[in-house]
Amino acid sequence: MAQATRKKPVATTANAAVSARTLAQTHFRTLRLGTPFQPRLDALAKTQDWYNWAGYRAPHSLWDEELEYFAIRSQAALFDISPMTKYRIEGPDAEAFLDRVTLRDVTKLRPGRVHYTAWCDDEGFVLDDGTLFRLSPTRFRLCSQERHLPWLLDSALGFDVTVEEETEAVAGLALQGPTSFAVLRDAGFTGVEKLKIFDLAEFPHDGGTVIISRTGFTGDLGYELFVPADKALSLWDRLMTAGELRGIRAIGYTALNRARLEAGLIVANADFTTAEHAIRADRLRMPDEIGLGFMIDLEKAHFNGRRAILEARTRRRLRHVLVGLEIEGNIPAEHAIVYYKKSQEVGLVSAAMWSPMAKRNIAIASLARPYGDTVVEDLWVEIYAMRELQYQKLMKRAKVVARPFIKLDRRTANPPADF
Amino acid sequence: MKAWDAIIIGGGHNGLVNACYLQRAGLDVLVVEKNDWVGGAATSRELTPGFLYSNCSYVCSLFRPEIMRDLDLPRFGLQVISYEGGAVFRRDGDYLANYRDHDAHRREFARFSKRDAEAYDRYSRDVTRQCRFIQPLLMRTAPDPTSLRPRDLGELLYLGKKFAGLSAEEMALTLRFWTMSISEFLDEYFETDVIKANFALSGIIGTALGPMSPGTAYVLLHHYMGEVDGSVGAWGYARGGMGAVTKALAASFKASGGTIRTSAEVDHVLVNRGKAKGVVLAGGEEIYGKLVVSNADVKRTFLKLVEEKELPDIFLRRVKNFKIRGSSGKVNIALDSLPEFPALPKDSPVYRGDMHFTDSIERMERAYDDWKAGRWSADPFLDMVIPTTLDPTMAPPGKHFMSCFVQYAPPKVNGREWTDADRDGFAESVIAQIAEYSPGFRDRIVHMEVRTPREIEAEVGLTEGNIFQGELTFDQLLFNRPVPGYAQYRSPLGGLYMCGSSTHPGGGVMGAPGRNAAAEILRDLAKSTSHMSPAHDVI
Amino acid sequence: MTLFDGIVIGGGHNGLVAAATLAKAGRKVLVLEAAAEPGGAARTEEFAPGFRVSSIAHVLNRLHPDVMKTLELEKHGLQIARADFIPSVALSKDAPPLVLHGAYGEVLTGASSSEQSAWKDLRAQLLRYAGILKPFLSRRPPDLGGMSLLETASLGQTALALKKLGKEDMRDFLRVLLMNVADLLDEQLADDRLKGLLAFDATLGSHLGPRSPTSLLGLYYRLAGEIGGAAGAQLLPRGGMGAVVVAIRTAAEKAGVTIRTSVPVARIIVEKDRAVGVVLDNGEELRARTIVSAINPATTFLDLVGPRGIDTGFMRKVKNIRMKGDAAKLHLALDRPPQFTGADAADHKGRLVIAPSPDHVERAFNPSKYGEFSPEPAMEITLPSLADPSLAPDGACVLSAVVQYAPYQLKEGWNAGKPKFLEAILARLEAYAPGIGKTVRHAELLTPADIEKRYRMPGGHWHHGELQADQMLISRPVSGWSGYDTPLDELFLAGAGSHPGGGVSGAPGLNAARRIIAMKG
Repeated sequence: MAQATRKKPVATTANAAVSARTLAQTHFRTLRLGTPFQPRLDALAKTQDWYNWAGYRAPHSLWDEELEYFAIRSQAALFDISPMTKYRIEGPDAEAFLDRVTLRDVTKLRPGRVHYTAWCDDEGFVLDDGTLFRLSPTRFRLCSQERHLPWLLDSALGFDVTVEEETEAVAGLALQGPTSFAVLRDAGFTGVEKLKIFDLAEFPHDGGTVIISRTGFTGDLGYELFVPADKALSLWDRLMTAGELRGIRAIGYTALNRARLEAGLIVANADFTTAEHAIRADRLRMPDEIGLGFMIDLEKAHFNGRRAILEARTRRRLRHVLVGLEIEGNIPAEHAIVYYKKSQEVGLVSAAMWSPMAKRNIAIASLARPYGDTVVEDLWVEIYAMRELQYQKLMKRAKVVARPFIKLDRRTANPPADF
Repeated sequence: MKAWDAIIIGGGHNGLVNACYLQRAGLDVLVVEKNDWVGGAATSRELTPGFLYSNCSYVCSLFRPEIMRDLDLPRFGLQVISYEGGAVFRRDGDYLANYRDHDAHRREFARFSKRDAEAYDRYSRDVTRQCRFIQPLLMRTAPDPTSLRPRDLGELLYLGKKFAGLSAEEMALTLRFWTMSISEFLDEYFETDVIKANFALSGIIGTALGPMSPGTAYVLLHHYMGEVDGSVGAWGYARGGMGAVTKALAASFKASGGTIRTSAEVDHVLVNRGKAKGVVLAGGEEIYGKLVVSNADVKRTFLKLVEEKELPDIFLRRVKNFKIRGSSGKVNIALDSLPEFPALPKDSPVYRGDMHFTDSIERMERAYDDWKAGRWSADPFLDMVIPTTLDPTMAPPGKHFMSCFVQYAPPKVNGREWTDADRDGFAESVIAQIAEYSPGFRDRIVHMEVRTPREIEAEVGLTEGNIFQGELTFDQLLFNRPVPGYAQYRSPLGGLYMCGSSTHPGGGVMGAPGRNAAAEILRDLAKSTSHMSPAHDVI
Repeated sequence: MTLFDGIVIGGGHNGLVAAATLAKAGRKVLVLEAAAEPGGAARTEEFAPGFRVSSIAHVLNRLHPDVMKTLELEKHGLQIARADFIPSVALSKDAPPLVLHGAYGEVLTGASSSEQSAWKDLRAQLLRYAGILKPFLSRRPPDLGGMSLLETASLGQTALALKKLGKEDMRDFLRVLLMNVADLLDEQLADDRLKGLLAFDATLGSHLGPRSPTSLLGLYYRLAGEIGGAAGAQLLPRGGMGAVVVAIRTAAEKAGVTIRTSVPVARIIVEKDRAVGVVLDNGEELRARTIVSAINPATTFLDLVGPRGIDTGFMRKVKNIRMKGDAAKLHLALDRPPQFTGADAADHKGRLVIAPSPDHVERAFNPSKYGEFSPEPAMEITLPSLADPSLAPDGACVLSAVVQYAPYQLKEGWNAGKPKFLEAILARLEAYAPGIGKTVRHAELLTPADIEKRYRMPGGHWHHGELQADQMLISRPVSGWSGYDTPLDELFLAGAGSHPGGGVSGAPGLNAARRIIAMKG
């Protein structure tokens, strides 16, 4: 008897382990995961227009990509950013560790602040860009497009720090647009008005907490919210309910992508190729070559790639430059080749659109120096516009302009505008 | 008496590729094959009623698409179907699967190690870079580094330029890649045993080396540089078994006017004053040809088909020193139903891919130690596929053909020839391993064919049962393959050429040796090669 | 406080050579040695009362001629005469041994006449091919990223040397370069004893078996070395290896080098990606313009510099350097000289090798892959007190042996494994020298774990990193940094972990010093 009772739990544990394993194995049946917000997205997905974002089923659009864009600029738009890769970096040496890995000076990033940063390999080539959230003196969250666990773990050698991947565990939402502050306030997030641009704070939600930062990828007034996956749906509902009178709408990536281009922001593996994915050696880029040179802080302590970056600068080995272009006319120049004097190929447009906010035909392009750097005159783009099975070839003048293409005061205004 | 423009000894895939190209260049070509079928090691044979056996080579990836196109093979029935998955079974009842979908693949790896899951991208970037470097070399004749002829210098320059085109970091990696063991290479990326085993197997298949032997990282590349319709590194099944490749080649050859004689074993090559004049068949029949091309391996060709006195000493010495130790065997099984693997969900795509039971590098290496000691592996490494899960034409409905590639099997057992009892013992080691993971497996077996190196040599004519017609180590690659000084498909005898896997770029159902040899022959004949596509661009 | 131009960390023979060379070029140099005596793994130490032995390295066969010349070692007491060359003796359990006399078998005895002529050919060929590689020993490896004119020219010289071989010889050279030693031996020789000896020599000190591809390189490395002007020659230095170090040390001190002992370095001070000094274990801080680390590269970067100041990719490479030793060192204090079966008096003064065949060495290698020691180890034995009685009490004898394979990470742990391994070794010795067991007064077995601890050699690896094809030349110690430079300005490497590798050659130390001198102009 005694034996039988002893045996039983063992068997149950073994069975439980096997069934847990069986459950874990079945991902081959669900090639695209749903995010924690999937039930809500599915309910709103009138276009059923999905794409694969890092293994998740993410919407290109939900109901109308044009109107979704205008929801960002005139109301409040809710965008699911859960598929972003997220790492929790924690420990007494977390600050020193991140300062050593990333370009910007992390010792200057106070708890409760966020900054946009990038990190490089030994050769000074950009591995990725991303946002770094300082949640406490010893706790950070790093969000990025690509995955970097081996790199982060290997970099952690000699630091008292833990690095944990928490992409699936943490759900994220971007709430962007002029009424976004009002939505949050009405949802009861008291104190959110105190958040200045790049501030973050913790707020109670559904028996737990949500971290809200005044950040975003739209160049507009906006916030990003991170919450444990099991509190995702209640957060969504809370925002949607509160935002009903403020015109809140859920949106897909196409709309967000337009907003980010107007804001002059770049996307990894769209505007540049990340170093761990570049099969062709000439596709690698240094920060100075993709407009991220401003992040480099040679005064701070050693950071990865410093030697190579410094050498490239002093020996003038920078080969490329990323620029904003304003192109005549209104035909988007996506993936157009850039010419000097209409004949010499000098670069490629990586993103382009007609900007409704700027009323200009804008683009981001990567050019071979000195073009775009010291030679900025007489640049042209050749647009192949496919119209009813024919290319309309257009050679249009392009002007190098500063990014962002639009600057909205409400993005940084304090207190945030209450629409 | 008729003299053919060219006689090809051996109707394997390289012999047929060579024959096709020569015939299409306007030559009158005869292929002589000792078996009563063609195909060499790429055959489909009905060894039991209703079941087609890919009884030697069993999967396809390396066969050059340029050749398929040039020779119109799809028109003659060749179609390759990609795998859907694959797995390494673990002893604890779990398994590690490979999926085509990148994210499912990553999540599967993450079950064992999140770090390894995220290390895969860098690993595949580095391997891809190396493949891109090597791929263009497959369809070129290797230069002779001791030669001052403009062509050799040009090719050396090409190699040098390609190498110089790499970044310093890539150059260093290339040099290491050629000299490292796959085990050590993988240690630099992954931490989990089963994940390392999963990748390491490509470093040992077909070689007489273990995963801890330097040089096996290169062997991995050899298995990665193929493709299925542009999907680089992918492997698939030829519809109708691997015989579909040679069937299509034979049909293409005949359609262009070529002649094939089966059941015509060559006894020796007719040589007159240092020049090949034709062949003499086993029955004594003499067939004359202006040139002779041997699809047989270099040892068979020059130690069996040509008299020693016709050959220079130094060449002979090098041929004798050519390493061609067989390392593998095959167990081909007809099954009356699909075997079940309780570890696998029933709808798993793994059934439609390659399955393995060796879940650690150590087990793989220990299997190799047995080979070194002259024994077949007690705990063998299996590369097991059930092609009928994707290609129902190979067996009656509901029934299946299973191919098990087995390593290691030595060319001789403890220094003596294989016996039938050895063969049965070898087979039992394989069946026992499968049955461990698939209860009731034995009861499903309808028919079984067991091929040790002895059977492979006897039937296909591969010396010592080596499936690559010679080991793939650096001393036998590029300008060293098959032997220094004769790495350009020619031989010391005028009019005698080589076109088998003993020559550059080596084994696997690739067709490149046959094609490259044809290019050299046509060059010697001052004939056009405009019907031969150059290697596809690697951009 | 004295200000030094350069601080050399580690007073092993390479550190001393680097220091002496720098001092001769006018630098003020300080050598910091952690142990009480300099010499590292090339010391002579007492292991039992009255018994002294060369600590790790016991056969001198590759002290680089440039080192001899630059440091004028003959003037400082290192005399090398042809008469001191010792034979290599391939022992056999039940037959007389086969003996390579002179410089690596100028004369072969104990073999059939056909074997002798085969050996003559093979020896000439091996020396010819090793000769092609020899010039690399005293050069920086070529920098693939941006080759200087000089480097291109010296590579051109190599190409020329290749051409000079003649077409067929060059072809064979290119074929066998990365081959395994067992296959090459099978191609050319018949006698298992001879093949066993060569297979042992090729794999000595590395994690390779004779059947591992590239293992032939080990033999080339050996034969690219020379002593007394004779490639492949070997001798037992009078007074043990420590005497060699004394000569180097004397040369260094005469040139003005300051040597401090018992001062372990705790860390290297780095300011703005530049090494500026060191901190000792006792907290003392020393600064200098140039810091030269003649200790292990992994120790240098992982422990002394620390990962914080170094990029991740570089650290990855450093961590990936394979340096798990497979060789143990055995010291026996014997009541009287042993008698190895069939060996004569002259043989006993030579290097006695137990490696009956390549297969035997391969079988000994197998378990080491899985963290197990060889049940029937292969070994090279010397009895240094026979020629130099000062090493042992009257009538007694010192036995010094390098034993393979003894994997650094023994699965069962060396605490449990060491007595068993010692037993296996002694059983092996007993089989070849019956009665030896009863004469053992004291036995000291240094496993790689012991060597690591005692001589501060990570992994107990005397090359400070596997000397295999993928860790040679431009990949030594790591790719991108093979020329003694490091990612930190003014920090240089000068130990065996750098090109060309280990053994008592002084080449890494010399090359590093030359590099430093050349950089400063």
